[in-house]
Amino acid sequence: MKSIEQCIQTIKAYSGPSIRLMEVCGTHTHSIFEHGIHDLLSPQISLISGPGCPVCVTPANYIDRAAEMALREGWTLCTFGDMMRVPGEQGSLLEAKARGGDVRIQYSPMDVLGWAEAEPNRTFVIAAVGFETTLPVYALLMEHLLDHGLKNVRLLTSLKAILPALHWICESDPAIDGFLGPGHVSAILGSAAYEPLCKKHHIPLAVAGFSFEQIVLAIHDLLMQVQADTCEAHNLYTNVISQEGNLRALQLVDKYFVHQTSNWRGLGEIEASGYVLKPEFECFDAGSQFVVNETPERNGCLCGQVIIGRISPADCPNFGTICTPASPQGPCMVSMEGTCGIWYANQA
Amino acid sequence: MKINAAHGGGGKLMNRLIHDIFEKHFANETLSAMEDAAVLNLPAGKIAFTTDSFVVTPLFFPSGDIGKLAVCGTVNDLLMRGAIPKYLTAGFILEDGLDTETLEQVAASMKQAADEAGVQIVAGDTKVIDGKGGLYINTAGIGLVETSLNVSVHRAEAGDVVLLSGFLGNHHASIQSGRLGIENKIQSDCAPLNDMVLGLLKAGVEVHTLRDITRGGLASVLNEIAEGSGVCIGLDGGLILADAEVQGFCDILGLDPLYMGNEGKLVAMVPERDAQKALSVLHNARYGENAQRIGKVSACEKPIVTIRTRAGGTRRIDTLQGEGLPRIC
Repeated sequence: MKSIEQCIQTIKAYSGPSIRLMEVCGTHTHSIFEHGIHDLLSPQISLISGPGCPVCVTPANYIDRAAEMALREGWTLCTFGDMMRVPGEQGSLLEAKARGGDVRIQYSPMDVLGWAEAEPNRTFVIAAVGFETTLPVYALLMEHLLDHGLKNVRLLTSLKAILPALHWICESDPAIDGFLGPGHVSAILGSAAYEPLCKKHHIPLAVAGFSFEQIVLAIHDLLMQVQADTCEAHNLYTNVISQEGNLRALQLVDKYFVHQTSNWRGLGEIEASGYVLKPEFECFDAGSQFVVNETPERNGCLCGQVIIGRISPADCPNFGTICTPASPQGPCMVSMEGTCGIWYANQA
Repeated sequence: MKINAAHGGGGKLMNRLIHDIFEKHFANETLSAMEDAAVLNLPAGKIAFTTDSFVVTPLFFPSGDIGKLAVCGTVNDLLMRGAIPKYLTAGFILEDGLDTETLEQVAASMKQAADEAGVQIVAGDTKVIDGKGGLYINTAGIGLVETSLNVSVHRAEAGDVVLLSGFLGNHHASIQSGRLGIENKIQSDCAPLNDMVLGLLKAGVEVHTLRDITRGGLASVLNEIAEGSGVCIGLDGGLILADAEVQGFCDILGLDPLYMGNEGKLVAMVPERDAQKALSVLHNARYGENAQRIGKVSACEKPIVTIRTRAGGTRRIDTLQGEGLPRIC
């Protein structure tokens, strides 16, 4: 096996045809900038950020619905902090809170159990957003809601499955030559889940953790695979990720959720790319099926192009002009995992 | 006893509150005279004057409370201009339902912090509002500044060395743990920094800039200095900026020590020739045992703050945007 230094030399010295690698997960984008990985790459290798930021792919219309619920008398909207500043069509949740809406930041969706028990006459809506990483937590929450007999909690879901989105990207232009597989999502799905994707689209994938070494190893692995014309799903994060994934979590997800066509901000509808509550648990749903994706992005925001790697943030005329972290026009500028926000924060 | 509207009404109950709690703990000649305003005998020269308000919850946290914070916050702001802190005022806004025992505990803690910082609380005010037993404090402070001294956010110079007085994030992590019900041993770093700052001045270190690293964290403070002085600040790579427990806490919640608030840490800009002496003063001062040299100031056209990356390049460190909020994954 090659040492990290040897891998760095190889990815720096590469002089073949240009290669486009996509890091699927926003946390990888963050780590790549933190460690300065771009400085290590041959000009022939480019890293493109993918759609793996849950905040970024949530439709604007979802934010508006959530804000509207927060403003209802006797209702509370519970959310993770990074959703607060995402602009919907009618403003953000932070603005809804300022207008008197009851928006509470949760550190875990389980926080709602205590709140709902303390205020049985109040309706608590959970902004259930995320990929397979957070999905099992919502399944566990459902388990607790049923156990405790709590009837005043609802889920407004915009839960996403990563694999259909990767298929979608492979089928669209321009082509990607390899995927840096997401670390957290893969802990649930397992590395074998990517094999059909790799085979179908003849594309290599390397699942990695978030350290400097892991990311370098993954880029090197993908370069070797591209050169050898192989298309395997490799797992470099073996201390965290197994081949078969977290079966217990997957079972729990299956108990409460079912795949459905889902709306992705910027991408549109993708078949079977979302998770919704099964019909028998519909009474816990806060009208998630009414979230639509028809509205055009405000001020010509190109987040949708950024999250599939079609353009880089700097190609968007809004980037750094009317769109900054202080006045984000789209979700990619808001989230810590959003490509535009990460680019903006790190531009030297 | 619980605080009620009558405690703010100007009558008997309010007088008893002032006498039994504030005067009992803060007693000094000026305050005890119970005049409408304190009249202070100050030597001729420059004074530093500042104010700050404190709304922290929970009111008590490991190694501190809102009272200690209210004294240290204002004292440290005075120190950051090179002032010797002398006098504070304290305004209390009490929500009805607050336990008088709680208030007394906070007052006792303020007295203890004031004694350590060498300041007297010479004037005060109390108001009672509707609420759920909350407590808010405003303090204002006066300090004396040596006439020739100018420690300022506008004075960092190319060639200055950046010194950090200790590990980052302990206060933030301690408060956040309290709010989230996470059990750990993280203590707030809330402390008055007199020993450090007055030590630097006494040792004859030419201190250009001092800033206490509160809200927004080191990243935001360094950006303010870069902007204020029209310089670039470059941090070294591979720095250990947080202790192991705080770093672990940050890793779990997706927080970055560079953006976390502190209540007893400072950053200092001093010329290279004084850097070693300054570092040794910090090391020997109270709360400065983990002080370290973290970077350098350089001349540049556009003021920014950067850090060396593992790959040998640099990346920009921007001011905190919004709040440091917990993330989805």
